[in-house]
Amino acid sequence: MSEKELGKKWDRCLADGAIKLGTGLGLGIVFSVLFFKRHTWPISLGSGAGLGMAYANCQNDLRSHYILHRGDKVGLCMEKMNKML
Amino acid sequence: MLRACLRGANATARVRLLITFLLQWATISIGASKVVAAGLLTVSGGIGGTILYAKWDHKFRAAVEKNVPYSDWLLGLALGPAPQDTGVPVKKRVRNEKQNNPLFTALSLTDPHYSYKKNVKEAPESPDKDSRPVATAQSIEEASKEATHIISAISEVPSVPAPCDTEAAAECKDCHEHKEATEPLKERPVEEVAARLAQQDKEEQDIVALSTSLEDSLASSAQATLQAIGAQEAALQAITHHINKLKEAMESEVPPEEKSDQWKELEAALADRTCALNDARAALSKANEALDSLRSVIDKSKGLKMSTVRPLVLAAEENLHNMVVDLDKVLMKVQSAESEAKIVSQYSELVNEAKQQFQREVSSLTPEIQANWKGLTGKLSTDDLNSLIAHAHRRIDQLNRELAEQKVREQIHIDAALEQQKLEDKKALEKSVSTALQHVREEARLEQEKKLAELREVMEAEMRTQLRRQAAAHTDHVQDVLKVQGQELRAEAEQVISLSKMLEQETRYRQLTQEQLDNFTLDMNTAYARLKGVEEAIDSHVVAEEEARKAHQLWLSVEALSYSLKTAEADIPTVPLESAAQAVRDSCQDNDFAAALASALPETSLQRGVYSEASLRARFNSLRSVVRRVALIDESHNSLYQYFLSYLQAALLFEKNQEAPPIQLSTEDLDPFKLLSYASYCLEHGDLELAAKLVNQLRGEARRVVEDWLTEARLTLETRQVVNLLTKKWLYILCGFQELSS
Repeated sequence: MSEKELGKKWDRCLADGAIKLGTGLGLGIVFSVLFFKRHTWPISLGSGAGLGMAYANCQNDLRSHYILHRGDKVGLCMEKMNKML
Repeated sequence: MLRACLRGANATARVRLLITFLLQWATISIGASKVVAAGLLTVSGGIGGTILYAKWDHKFRAAVEKNVPYSDWLLGLALGPAPQDTGVPVKKRVRNEKQNNPLFTALSLTDPHYSYKKNVKEAPESPDKDSRPVATAQSIEEASKEATHIISAISEVPSVPAPCDTEAAAECKDCHEHKEATEPLKERPVEEVAARLAQQDKEEQDIVALSTSLEDSLASSAQATLQAIGAQEAALQAITHHINKLKEAMESEVPPEEKSDQWKELEAALADRTCALNDARAALSKANEALDSLRSVIDKSKGLKMSTVRPLVLAAEENLHNMVVDLDKVLMKVQSAESEAKIVSQYSELVNEAKQQFQREVSSLTPEIQANWKGLTGKLSTDDLNSLIAHAHRRIDQLNRELAEQKVREQIHIDAALEQQKLEDKKALEKSVSTALQHVREEARLEQEKKLAELREVMEAEMRTQLRRQAAAHTDHVQDVLKVQGQELRAEAEQVISLSKMLEQETRYRQLTQEQLDNFTLDMNTAYARLKGVEEAIDSHVVAEEEARKAHQLWLSVEALSYSLKTAEADIPTVPLESAAQAVRDSCQDNDFAAALASALPETSLQRGVYSEASLRARFNSLRSVVRRVALIDESHNSLYQYFLSYLQAALLFEKNQEAPPIQLSTEDLDPFKLLSYASYCLEHGDLELAAKLVNQLRGEARRVVEDWLTEARLTLETRQVVNLLTKKWLYILCGFQELSS
């Protein structure tokens, strides 16, 4: 069902986001503890990186249908739709 | 609310753009004026060029007026009205031959041939072209001859040329001789008849002319002869009168006073006589001339050798002869009178001479008596008397002697005179004999000619009677032959009739038998036809029943199909329609329409089944929220931020749950929220089709979301349409509008 696609995407997004956030956090903590003398910045860096990665992934996943690859042929009706909107 | 704000922002943005554009336009107005001026110049130049070219080329003007609406008004204002079609050259050459056609003019002149002018004008064009250089005076004759020729050529009846152109007919004869070489067989009868007629006319005319000339000359000669005869008679009268007078003058013893009167009368008579003689001579010469002319005319007429003129000629000759005879008689009388007058005059001269001689002698003897005035007394002396007596005696002696001599000479003279007289008589006799002979010869010849003419007539009459007899004999013979032939034919006909009677009877019998046979055949045919009809009715019954059975089967299958459509429950599609469709296909094998419909069912519906409307409705309701959430997302706006905004919009925007869709969608109605409310309304009211159409208008991500739902809706709609059509088809068949196996 096409209406369930979005939900699935969001699920993936969230899952991925959670994983990445967690992983980033963990790594940040690890690095912070190990290498950076318990500063918070690696943690925030890591979590931020993780979040950012998750964001990018989510965005990519959400707009994956609209990405044109090299060699894709586009119909003219797309332009009309653009004009209408 | 966000949406309203957005819309307001859009509006304000648009207004701002417009203002900026106007300001920009105002700043560049100076440049624009130049452009405007240039544009105006170009336009006016174009119009002027068009007008000039239209003035020069009329076709272009017509084309412009036709194509451009108010150009005709403009061009009329500038150039004046459109010129008429005078410049176009005349394509047809007018064959104006009427004034050049001498034949036509000639024919219009000659009235009898006027009605044939059309045929004549067309027909003789080739000869007409040849005759055109000929002068018109001559051409009229030629034309009339042409007309007679053509008329005779056109009509099968030989045309007789009208009396007005007999001269033309004569020339026609000549021209026909020229044309004889080309068409001998066709023209000959016409030519001959025309020639003969012309000849006859000519002969008649000649005869008429001849008779008139003869009559004229006869009349003139008769007149002249009468005149001559009259003159001769007058001369005769004058001569006799003169002779009488002379005799009287000589012999009468009248006193001297009356003697002079007598001599005067004599002289007058002599003058009369000479005058009358001259007149007579002149008249005679005239008469002779007239007679000569008559003779020449008669000879000419004889030379022509025409039988009809002969009696006229004969009569003229007779008249001529009579006139000649009369004239000769009178002439003879005159001549005799003249000779008598001569004798008398001679006698009178002699007497006068003798008298004069005597007078001289007397005077010689007695001269003094004569010369002497004494003589007047009338008395003579004795000497004179004596001498006179002596002279007288001497004279008497002399005279006696002379008398004796004379007596002697008398005989000689008488003989000589007799001889002379004989000679003269002989001459006169000969002359008269010759004239009489001539006259007699003439009379004999005339009689001979008369007899010849009579004989000829008699012979002709005889010949005619003979011919008539022959003709009568021929007709009798022909009648006999015809009678015989008629009899033979009658016998044949009777035979044929008798035969035909038998044939008639035979035919009648045959007819009767044929009639009977026909009736029998007719009955048989009717019976057979009825049998056939019954059989056909039964067959059609069978066929109808078969049809009804098939229709019933079709109905059953269609009902099964429509029933299977209803087996859809919530979220579960119907049973696969394959079996039902197969049943339908089986039941309408020979109906192409139904078969086509049955095969038009979509594959998915056959294999899997279709969802019901209710399930679709439910699904739509769940769809709706999803669609609302992704309303702003499309291919250009699809970042996570946009997603956030879209979710925010869906949370903050409120639309009617159900709204009746307008008849026509405008651009505003293509907003996803509006569309969803319209579609929901439609679905609630059972219009799946319109709902699907409205949902089809979604674009972007919303469209992707509703894609599956749309597909399902389409399937359902298709299947339902096919089933509806099949049901209707079966209804049609049931109502008998259509055969099942069509």
